[in-house]
Amino acid sequence: MTQLPAHKFEHLCKEVRARTGLVLGPEKAYLVESRLGPLARKSGFASVEALIDAMMRGDKAVLTAACEALATHETFFFRDKTPFEMFEQVIAPTLKGARAGRNLKIWCAAASSGQEPYSLAMLLDEAGGPQADILATDMSAAVLEKAKAGLYTQFEVQRGLSIQRLVKHFDQTGEAWRIKPHLRQKVRFEQSNLLEDFSRLGRMDVIFCRNVLIYFDIETKAKILERLAAQLADDGYLILGAAETVVGLTDSLRPAQGHRGLYTRAGAAANKAVAAA
Amino acid sequence: MKTCLVVDDSRVIRKVARKIVEDLGFACEEAADGQEALDACRKSMPDAVLLDWNMPVMNGLDFLIRLRQEPGGKKPVVVFCTTENDMSHITQALRAGADEYVMKPFDGEIIESKFAEAGLV
Repeated sequence: MTQLPAHKFEHLCKEVRARTGLVLGPEKAYLVESRLGPLARKSGFASVEALIDAMMRGDKAVLTAACEALATHETFFFRDKTPFEMFEQVIAPTLKGARAGRNLKIWCAAASSGQEPYSLAMLLDEAGGPQADILATDMSAAVLEKAKAGLYTQFEVQRGLSIQRLVKHFDQTGEAWRIKPHLRQKVRFEQSNLLEDFSRLGRMDVIFCRNVLIYFDIETKAKILERLAAQLADDGYLILGAAETVVGLTDSLRPAQGHRGLYTRAGAAANKAVAAA
Repeated sequence: MKTCLVVDDSRVIRKVARKIVEDLGFACEEAADGQEALDACRKSMPDAVLLDWNMPVMNGLDFLIRLRQEPGGKKPVVVFCTTENDMSHITQALRAGADEYVMKPFDGEIIESKFAEAGLV
């Protein structure tokens, strides 16, 4: 790889960070070639440097495409297991009664190609409830298209998914597998960037925001957590990734006792304690 | 140590699979067809069987049906690993008592994921 001039790498980092929050430190320089290389070739640029030159000339489409290519879209069905067990054993039973008469509102933020919201749709289908509206958002239009189609490769359906679930919840189409229509209809997909205002999405009972904050700097993490907390119903739950926490970042959320990665609104929890006393 | 019987008529596939299941902490035995596999199981029931479908002498499905009728033959967790990757083969395997199903081509990550689904790791 030819070395990218420092000022061009810095320009790329600055633009991508402003647009997505993604922090590209010097240790992530390898990502630039491996992820932007294919984009440069596909878009007809002679090199990654030529692509960044276009960005510096103000080509917004190139910047958008670069942001999408640099983001990590890694995901798989029932990733990490525990969050889904918590949803089944703690969240759904707790909220079921409180939400009697209306659908549970679930938001999968940074849902990538849809494996997380569809995993939840499968769980709810298997349990026979509670009824839920699942909203899945991502900043990348490309992964959302894939998510909406609900079409997965043989490799993807073999990561995290039992064969029983594959048979029950998918139809085979050639080499690929498509999630069944009634599950696809349970999930609504919308393009949304966590850095931008998302209050229009409305109050949520449950928010899954996993393995995305790790890519942001502390200040960005703190701001997003504050806004997520504001979006959460008083008795709602936030689920973060295994390597993420709210501790030291916000006072609006606090860890749920005994459940790693599960958080509730701090004020709401305090109110409950007072009411119980 | 848990044991895994790798059943495939391809020596290359057996070698690749052996490496993967050994890395997952299993002691590995090999068989080249269903009959060899059945003989091995009669000697000593493994904890897991990674099973190809199309093989000479006795195919994987016939092996599975017979295994499940053997004394102690319900115990092994059987994971099919085959190029037969259509829904009808999969449901046929599940009805015959397969616990999991890997569609070839496979890699270590898929085997690990499927072994996890089957409660083996």
